[in-house]
Amino acid sequence: MLELKNISFEVESDGADKEIIRDISLTVPDNKLVVITGPNGGGKSTLAKLIAGIEKPTSGKIILNGVDVTDMSITDRAKAGIGYAFQQPVRFKGIEVFDLIRLATGKKTSMADACEYLSAVGLCAHDYINREVNASLSGGELKRIEIASVLAKASKLSIFDEPEAGIDLWSFNNLIKVFEDMRKNIKDSSILIISHQERILNIADEICVIKEGELIMQGHKDDILPKLSGTASAVKECRKGAVDQEGGPEA
Amino acid sequence: MKQLDEIQKRLLSEVADLHTVPEGAYNIRANGESAGRVSTANIEIVPRETGDGLTINIKPGTKNESVHIPVVLTQSGLSETVYNDFYIGEDADVTIVAGCGIDNCGVQDSRHDGIHRFYVGKGARIRYVEKHYGSGDGTGKRILNPGTEVYMEENSHAEMEMVQIKGVDDTTRTTTATLAAGASLVVRERLMTHGDQNAISIYKVDLNGDGSSADVVSRSVAKDDSYQKFEAVIVGSAACSGHTECDAIIMDRGRILAVPGLEANSVDAALVHEAAIGKIAGEQLTKLMTLGLTEEEAEEQIINGFLK
Repeated sequence: MLELKNISFEVESDGADKEIIRDISLTVPDNKLVVITGPNGGGKSTLAKLIAGIEKPTSGKIILNGVDVTDMSITDRAKAGIGYAFQQPVRFKGIEVFDLIRLATGKKTSMADACEYLSAVGLCAHDYINREVNASLSGGELKRIEIASVLAKASKLSIFDEPEAGIDLWSFNNLIKVFEDMRKNIKDSSILIISHQERILNIADEICVIKEGELIMQGHKDDILPKLSGTASAVKECRKGAVDQEGGPEA
Repeated sequence: MKQLDEIQKRLLSEVADLHTVPEGAYNIRANGESAGRVSTANIEIVPRETGDGLTINIKPGTKNESVHIPVVLTQSGLSETVYNDFYIGEDADVTIVAGCGIDNCGVQDSRHDGIHRFYVGKGARIRYVEKHYGSGDGTGKRILNPGTEVYMEENSHAEMEMVQIKGVDDTTRTTTATLAAGASLVVRERLMTHGDQNAISIYKVDLNGDGSSADVVSRSVAKDDSYQKFEAVIVGSAACSGHTECDAIIMDRGRILAVPGLEANSVDAALVHEAAIGKIAGEQLTKLMTLGLTEEEAEEQIINGFLK
């Protein structure tokens, strides 16, 4: 379980302090898939970085399974059980896909085991396992390898920052299936996904909406989804209202 | 074969991956003397008349054979210059493994200058692997100055892997190549310097024939207070293609000078150079740290991968 307690994050911009995250408190319970959504530039990715330890909050506490990890380094948080998939995967010269998966598992890993993680994200393992994680791979391929590395790490809390970004529509169906499978096998862990995709929102247990650095909505998927404008569910909800009006007592 | 001591055996495994006597033709030079030499039906190794090296004759059409000519130095203060000439017959296809390991526990400098000349016959293919390694905690320097000259006839192919990862205090490596029509040269250099080491690597490739090509790529890491200079000049005087690349990681107070050079003497010469020097990207470290590695472990993995 992850608890964020009154997290704020400020950066200095043009000599003035700018608040990116304002007093956010939320909980990602065990065995749940939580999706954070909201407008671009609202602070979602920053919040993910604060949890992974890449940024340090200006104030507030981050508690993982009862342990205060606020002052821990990235490495110590990773060891404590936080996994983090980058929105923009990092490229390496010379490090191969197998190396990355092996490092992620943190133990001796057979080629066959490593291949399973690649297959899970819809990559033909045989074609990729010995490829370098460099610019010769497409954005979508890198993204899936990034997700595979976080699967391989098998964390208590796995964070995915916009996993759909840079993935073509065809691969996207596979990706949804990856997260559905993860949700199914979630045992004693939790998943936090930052996403704009309705299909990802649909597989969430809970949804949080962050706007302008503030948590403006939080709750069960069925309660939050209809309130999100622009989604099909919202349209349905809207239609329902219209029908109600037309079929009102005056008609 | 003469008995080698443990240090010499360790050096041999470092520079030539040899744990026992190699298969095929070989000459092992230890502290200035031959410690073992074997010729085969197709590959003949004979000492030069002047006594300062070897002539290696590879018969035309020799396929899938190898030659090992490693050198180990464990005697402090020993300084030698050795000339090895390789004559590779037409259509031969062979692997040549050279390399030099120096262990210097003394106060005097130990130095090995190996000059290798390759005459690659028409249609012949060679793969050349050269590793350099230094060890020992003496104050005497470990110095290696390899010179490589490659003369390539029509449609020959040479692939050269030059590796110097650790322990060599001072090195000036000069490689020149001359290519006739249809010949191709691939060079992969990997270099790491640390402490206050100096490494200078100079390449000059002349593409003289139509359809000849060269691809010279160096990946290097300069740590601590070390200094590296990489200079690669490709001269295109025919309808040819040449590419040179220097990709370097700089750490601590290391310094690197990259001087790529291209000279086109024909309108049909297509020549490209690339050079990039920079520290390890912060996001690379961050990614590996999110997998649970410490910053130092992450750095090590990135460098190992880079120099692989």
